[in-house]
Amino acid sequence: MFFCDLTNREPVTSLRIARQPQILDSEGFELRKLLSRVYLIFIFILLYAPIAVLIVLSFNNSRTRAKWGGFTMKWYVSMFQDEVVMAALFNTLLVAVLSALIATVLGLMASVSLLAMKRKARNVILSMLNIPMLNAEIVTGISLMLIFIAVGQFLSRWGYMIEFGFGTVLIGHITFNIPYTVLSIMPKLRQINISTYEAALDLGASRWLAFRKIILPDIMPGVLSGFMLAFTLSLDDFVITHFTKGPGFDTLSTKIYTEVRKGIKPEMYALSTLLFVSVLVLLLIFGRGNRKKSMTGLVRI
Amino acid sequence: MSNKLIDLQHITKAFDGNVVLDDLNLYIRENEFLTLLGPSGCGKTTTLRILGGFETPDKGRVIFDGADITDLAPNKRQLNTVFQKYALFAHMSIAENIAFGLKIRKKSPEYIRDKIRYALKLVNLEGFEDRMPDSLSGGQQQRIAIARAIVNEPKVLLLDEPLGALDLKLRQDMQYELIRLKNELGITFIYVTHDQEEALTMSDTIVVMNQGYIQQIGTPEDIYNEPQNAFVADFIGDSNIVNGTMIQDRLVEIFGVRYACVDTGFGTNKPVDVVIRPEDLELVAVPEDAQKGSPEYESARSRIVQINPGYFEGTVSHIIFKGMHYEMEVQAHGFEWLVLSTRMFQVGTRVLMSVDPFNIQIMHKPESEDEKAVSMDENL
Ligand SMILES: Nc1ncnc2c1ncn2[C@@H]1O[C@H](COP(=O)(O)OP(=O)(O)OP(=O)(O)O)[C@@H](O)[C@H]1O
Ligand SMILES: [Mg+2]
Repeated sequence: MFFCDLTNREPVTSLRIARQPQILDSEGFELRKLLSRVYLIFIFILLYAPIAVLIVLSFNNSRTRAKWGGFTMKWYVSMFQDEVVMAALFNTLLVAVLSALIATVLGLMASVSLLAMKRKARNVILSMLNIPMLNAEIVTGISLMLIFIAVGQFLSRWGYMIEFGFGTVLIGHITFNIPYTVLSIMPKLRQINISTYEAALDLGASRWLAFRKIILPDIMPGVLSGFMLAFTLSLDDFVITHFTKGPGFDTLSTKIYTEVRKGIKPEMYALSTLLFVSVLVLLLIFGRGNRKKSMTGLVRI
Repeated sequence: MSNKLIDLQHITKAFDGNVVLDDLNLYIRENEFLTLLGPSGCGKTTTLRILGGFETPDKGRVIFDGADITDLAPNKRQLNTVFQKYALFAHMSIAENIAFGLKIRKKSPEYIRDKIRYALKLVNLEGFEDRMPDSLSGGQQQRIAIARAIVNEPKVLLLDEPLGALDLKLRQDMQYELIRLKNELGITFIYVTHDQEEALTMSDTIVVMNQGYIQQIGTPEDIYNEPQNAFVADFIGDSNIVNGTMIQDRLVEIFGVRYACVDTGFGTNKPVDVVIRPEDLELVAVPEDAQKGSPEYESARSRIVQINPGYFEGTVSHIIFKGMHYEMEVQAHGFEWLVLSTRMFQVGTRVLMSVDPFNIQIMHKPESEDEKAVSMDENL
């Protein structure tokens, strides 16, 4: 994910500030500051040029990439009139919302029980959670596909079958989202002063009420950022969706992929731009909520 | 003050094989101010948590008002806790904090409002309803934690080192407030502290604990004047604790000198621990060069033997002015005796020193650590 660097600006600046005291000679300092600015700009151009091109082309009134035919919104209009694209958009949003929601709930439950575990066991599980995140997506995708096939074959003995489509994609997305939700909830949960929970019990609250009234509000930022992260990851996922979707079901990313393979369709530029902008907006909102504790380390690159 | 309100019977608790409480037996009477006192890690908080329902004992029962509540959930118990670190709900206002328990009990809004006002008045924080906990000082937060607990009208209030985080002055103020509060509410307080002065000031009954065992239960006076063993004596105030031999009833030998005392029943020629409070030691100065038998020496001697036929000779090695009195160290028999006196003796002064027989406290020697360990192993 190329745009994660947008939210990564902070570490870069803080790095520069940290170096300041070592530079005594102010002229040299000015020069270095200038150089590091230029370097930054260069990096940003490298990172964002392809997207810029894509965005420009989505407003290009000519079908070919080679020449600029003037500004137009028509690709956006026709994209929104295309039922297949709209169905893909609907699928994408549905999968993103549902998978983020379910992954957040499961992640919350997992975090609470992890907290109750002994330190050693907890650390083992937490490091196991890292593996799916570092794992190549294609491996996760293929493994999911294989397991769906295997389970499907197993169930077929009793006449049940697994159909690739919405359900399998949803399960796939929940699977890869859970570690992210756990990792955003866990740190908040660890900060909880357990005696406030006990104080609530002491004052007569049931365990569920104490959890809802005392613990949940305190970890809400972590829960929300977990949800947002999961939603964003699900929204722009291609690889895992590709391997678990089967024919006849598409999300925006798989739709773009198949359409672009068929030939140049400027609507797809518009669609990609839309996808990029919505993920960007989400990341910005999400980044604001986490300004202090940068979560960008969690974003897959 | 006579009914047993709470009865802890044979409470044993271990964490990961570490025995924290070992066969603890203790009852608490209605309306009592009972303090659990002991060094860090001795199991005070664990005892309180068992009472509050946050820990279940491995063995033993907790009886409350005649009913066995050992396995009852915390929210079903008629006691409230003031936690060691306040534990206020940070995202709720002071009023919401105090109302928490009342809302759960579905009290009417008018009742809740009145109760909040009453409780804030009781802890001297009127008008704090809309403040947030983190805008309050430590002492104020502590008082809110107390207010939050008492609005529920518990029969028993459990307080875990509620003043531990406060500075000395505030702590003393709060001690008086707590005593006032207890008298106003007329409920039972179970108080945890590792501060012996606090315990002596506030309690009706003190339970001295060490390493999961109760060392002594008694009134502050009992504990202070008649510590049952060297640990209690040492823990409650600074004491001179020395090895002695009980020669016979009413006669004890320390460093080869025989003193009259009032204790009986220790047998003859038995090794014992002898405790002498620093304020009980009496000093008489003798001139540096006075020979034994010289008039100066004999007049000093005659004064000291009026106190106790046994006495010893030493030199003042250290003196500090402490406001009300002087704290001195007297070197004698190779032992540094701690002495508190309103009279001052220069460093280097030669002194005769003794103690009233009444103020010599004789104690059985505790079993050795090894013996204790063996007997614990057998229990496991
Ligand atoms: N949940 C727990 N798990 C493991 N060990 C525990 C647990 N709670 C307490 N302990 C241990 O039990 C012993 C007694 O602890 P406790 O908290 O009762 O001591 P305390 O007397 O309250 O001490 P302090 O004055 O420091 O608060 C300590 O050694 C502590 O490490
Ligand atoms: Mg404690």
